[in-house]
Amino acid sequence: MPPAEAPLLEARGVSKRFGGLAALADVSLAIGRGEIYGLIGPNGAGKTTFFNCLTGLYQATEGAFLLGGARLAGLKPHAIVARGIARTFQNIRLFANMTALENVMVGRHARTRSGVLGAILGTAATRAEERDTVERARALLAYVGIEPRAHDLAKHLPYGDQRRLEIARALATEPQLLALDEPAAGMNATETAALKALLERIRHDGVTLLLIEHDVALVMGLCDRVAVLDYGRRIAEGTPAQVRTDPQVITAYLGGALP
Amino acid sequence: MDIFLQQLLNGLVLGSLYALVALGYTMVYGILELINFAHGEVVMIGAMVALTVLGVLAGTPLPPAAMLAIAAAVAIPACMATGFTIERVAYRPLRRAPRLAPLITAIGVSIVLQNVAMIVWGRQYVSFPPLIDVHIHEVAGATITNVQIAIVALAALIMAGLLLLVRRTRLGRAMRATAQNREVAELMGVDVNRVISATFVIGSALAAVAGMMVAAYYGLAHYAMGFMLGLKAFTAAVLGGIGNIPGAMLGGLLLGIIESLGAGYIGDLTGGFLGSHYQDIFAFLVLILVLVFRPSGLLGERIADRA
Repeated sequence: MPPAEAPLLEARGVSKRFGGLAALADVSLAIGRGEIYGLIGPNGAGKTTFFNCLTGLYQATEGAFLLGGARLAGLKPHAIVARGIARTFQNIRLFANMTALENVMVGRHARTRSGVLGAILGTAATRAEERDTVERARALLAYVGIEPRAHDLAKHLPYGDQRRLEIARALATEPQLLALDEPAAGMNATETAALKALLERIRHDGVTLLLIEHDVALVMGLCDRVAVLDYGRRIAEGTPAQVRTDPQVITAYLGGALP
Repeated sequence: MDIFLQQLLNGLVLGSLYALVALGYTMVYGILELINFAHGEVVMIGAMVALTVLGVLAGTPLPPAAMLAIAAAVAIPACMATGFTIERVAYRPLRRAPRLAPLITAIGVSIVLQNVAMIVWGRQYVSFPPLIDVHIHEVAGATITNVQIAIVALAALIMAGLLLLVRRTRLGRAMRATAQNREVAELMGVDVNRVISATFVIGSALAAVAGMMVAAYYGLAHYAMGFMLGLKAFTAAVLGGIGNIPGAMLGGLLLGIIESLGAGYIGDLTGGFLGSHYQDIFAFLVLILVLVFRPSGLLGERIADRA
């Protein structure tokens, strides 16, 4: 069901060309507050490019993103984080040689202030902020269920925990919108079920979710609405049930309509 | 035995200076993978500015400690501003250029700064005013001065502070995150340009202190002094593992000690053919040996980490 109130995130005619290749062509969509919105499509359809444009890693060739009605065009990635968009990565990209706790603490950067001077002088404000950062980071590790690994280096965590750590680090930025790039990739059925519960809890706690995912069962069971990309174009949008029976979607995935 | 202990003490002092300068090289390399060859010139500017201030203050009735403090209070911000400007003007526009471009620019900046210093301060040596009462202490047959003790103690204090900054503070975490993966750090809310500026500014502050210490130790400063000092400190950073902060400290101390011991024994080793003024060859011998046998340095494993 389309959102009644103003959308949290809106993409207006977003295009991204690399030389002659159109990775995204005129993609528009709107995500309501509190929604879990899926972005699916065959490999190379432009899903990760969409994320990269959204988070400021790439500049869209045309079109713009609006968060809560405010344009994000031209903002640097760290400024977009400050506005309230956080992400995870398809191939895990943690700070491998920092502890799990420190990884999450880096995520607090946009929400904290202290400078070098405060640190050198050891001011009360700086120390209070640092304590608060540690406490929040620990709470987030507990929230995603990996608190016992707080002092392990990120690279020494098992794969599933690394995925959870990425989510905790993204949540540390206090996002309004959390963009997850294939969060269930490489997970077995049990891990995927636990992930689904975690994502539902995150939504329940007030964060809107946008996820790229290939696990059809997860998308069907979790997402309120789904958009389908193919060759950079949005070819369908709707509830999972609507989308899975859409002839264009079936063509995109299977290469032709069934007889 | 006396010579050994004496040279060990001298090496410790020299090594403390190398370590402070090496930190500037290694911090910038850790974050940008850039060898900032102009860093030696920042040390020189620190020494020159401090000596200029001391020259002005020398006639006044201020106590020497106050003069040194004022000189530091001028030289440190001057170097911080220099480091900040170098990064903004010379390196930031080349952030996306092939790696050779900023390297060549770094050499260019180094030459520019040397020539500016030559115009400002002239070609002659500038001497350190005689405001410190030098006391000589005897330690088991070797001697060490109060200036040398102060250099080692202050360098140790500053390095401990730097380690705390990098390991325990918000900026330090942002620096480490940026060094490990700049793009992801930015996507997690870190303003990477600010972190890079802070890195240059902190390294330049250390360079200012090192410049003052070098000037106090040798009693002299010169517009070209940053060149050899910079090369030695770079060698120290490579020896410790460039990009690695404790590595730069270790590399600096080791290089200072190797050089001092080498200078102390080179006469005996060559039957008097080479004198102690050949001590510079040891630093570069070390550089070559490290690059051949352990290019990642003693503590470095950055490249392995990335693979």
